[in-house]
Amino acid sequence: MSATTSTNYLVGVFEDDDVLMNAVRKVREQGVKIYECFTPFPIHGMEDAMGIKRSRLPRAAFMFGATGTTFAITMITLMMGFDWPMNIGGKPFAAPPVYIPVTFELTVLFAALGMVGTFLVVSGLGPGSNKLVLDPRFSDDKFIMAIDLGSNKNLDPAKITELLKSLGASEVNTKEVSE
Amino acid sequence: MSHVTSSVREPLVTGGKTIKDITNDVCRQVEGKPTTAWMIAFAVALLVLAYGCYNLYLTWWVGLGKWGLNKTVGWAWDITNFVWWVGIGHAGTLISAILLLFRQKWRTSINRAAEAMTIFAVLCAASFILMHMGRPWLANWALPFGNTYGSLWVNFNSPLVWDVFAISTYFTVSVVFWFIGLIPDLATIRDRAQNPVSKTVYGILAFGWNGSQKDWGRYEAVSLILAGLSTPLVLSVHTIVSMDFATSLIPGWHTTIFPPYFVAGAIFSGFAMVLTLMLITRKVFKLEDYITLAHIESMNKVILLTGSIVGVAYITEFFMAAYSGVAYERYAFINRAFGPYWWAYWSMMTCNVISPQFFWFRSMRRNITVTFILSIIVNIGMWFERFVIIVTSLHRDYLPSSWAYFTATSTDIGDYLFSFGFFFTLFLLFAKFLPVINMAEVKAIVKSSSEPTAHKPATVVGAVSGSEANHSPDINKQ
Repeated sequence: MSATTSTNYLVGVFEDDDVLMNAVRKVREQGVKIYECFTPFPIHGMEDAMGIKRSRLPRAAFMFGATGTTFAITMITLMMGFDWPMNIGGKPFAAPPVYIPVTFELTVLFAALGMVGTFLVVSGLGPGSNKLVLDPRFSDDKFIMAIDLGSNKNLDPAKITELLKSLGASEVNTKEVSE
Repeated sequence: MSHVTSSVREPLVTGGKTIKDITNDVCRQVEGKPTTAWMIAFAVALLVLAYGCYNLYLTWWVGLGKWGLNKTVGWAWDITNFVWWVGIGHAGTLISAILLLFRQKWRTSINRAAEAMTIFAVLCAASFILMHMGRPWLANWALPFGNTYGSLWVNFNSPLVWDVFAISTYFTVSVVFWFIGLIPDLATIRDRAQNPVSKTVYGILAFGWNGSQKDWGRYEAVSLILAGLSTPLVLSVHTIVSMDFATSLIPGWHTTIFPPYFVAGAIFSGFAMVLTLMLITRKVFKLEDYITLAHIESMNKVILLTGSIVGVAYITEFFMAAYSGVAYERYAFINRAFGPYWWAYWSMMTCNVISPQFFWFRSMRRNITVTFILSIIVNIGMWFERFVIIVTSLHRDYLPSSWAYFTATSTDIGDYLFSFGFFFTLFLLFAKFLPVINMAEVKAIVKSSSEPTAHKPATVVGAVSGSEANHSPDINKQ
């Protein structure tokens, strides 16, 4: 075990989402830094319990949507009003009311694709991506709490194990992951 | 954060399922060999698709003269089928987006399959757009690409151009929404896979998902915003489809009631199609504990509501025609009900207005046979609705000398069958290779919405806050 190339995790396995959330609160109160929790479904209140900041993706979505709106209005105005004005039944060349449907659709399209793209990039998800799976049962029915021993050097792993067990962990394993 | 099972609300998951049972029940048909029933259904779908492709070849090689169109009726089955399929697609988005915003938990076990249905239905609808162009290789002319005519752009005054944007945006956003929802479930299949090929394929598709809380937080934000974007999007799509008709000056089309009336009709037919598919799926895949009578009853209530809105719209159209005092408008409606296409009109009225009224009775809403038959009748009725709107408004125009009657040819029928073959081929592949129920979402509601007699998750130490904290060892103490 060489400290430079590998990380040691203490992996607590829980059977229930409420038990995990309570354990997260108690463990953090004791000053243990939690690396991450891996769960089969989103648990409401977990972000608060773990002290994760709310995602700023809604703002990204708004910015992408606003880009779509601007793009659509500019595109239609230039095409219909300036580049090749067409006299269609004597109607005005550039008429904002008819812009609404296409502008709306492009706003939604830009917002949706931009936000989802940002989500995948920020979370490091994508084809071929292999994010750290410390216990594959997370995707079935187990609730996993991982503690990076490297960032809790001042604490005794045996005591953290004991703490996790007392908070309801059914198993506590150590896992070495080479970088 | 303790979960309490409501004693008033009907359970959404029956049979005392645990989280592990959900994984096993849903993954069973993905991991197992295809069943005989699936193989037979797939073979039939492929045969229908092959016959459809032959007709598609005739349509494109010989030309649209293979259809029953004439110089008076220039739109018939093509646009009828297009509007019908787009409408069917709407239920998937309604279930996954609008019901998410309304926090309806019953959507969780049907949203996956309903969204898949949306995507395949929109593809079927788009195939009719390509067909009715006659020259599908020029389909890019509908988009504002620069071209050799000195950048002659598309006409943004035209609802047909709006439709191009609406349908393509709707399709793209639906695929993205569906796939984002699939990622956690694909990770489940990846982590269970025994065979290296499936492990690799599902591994690539799962995008490296590891269920971390940061990712779940972002995932939830993305889902909520996609739902918020999809809700006005789905309403806009059928609104714009209805504008293809409503912005014209044809009596019978030129009415302001079209957008809400089309949207209600779309949801009506879409829910009927969801029921047709889900009643078969739950039986074949033994998912009765997840798609329960409570789900079926909820969907039947939506059918009753939207069916009644459609009925009111039909009557309102007649009233407006009479009240408007416009002779052409009045004639268009009298001709609909009592002209040469009376049979289509009365099929529509019977199937769409009368048949859903059975669902006022709880026993009917919870009767699977009745629901299955009515779900098919509703879709027949909704097909006739589009046929009535399109063909009866066109076939007798302003000059009696050009009045004509449209009769479908075998190619019209063959092209319609193409869409069925295409739809069911895709749906069967989906049902075999992807989880038909959103496992992650059902797992999240199982504690609060399963049967009261169900397995109670063991209240392990720590679940109750307070006293335990004093017993847990203080690790900072040396």
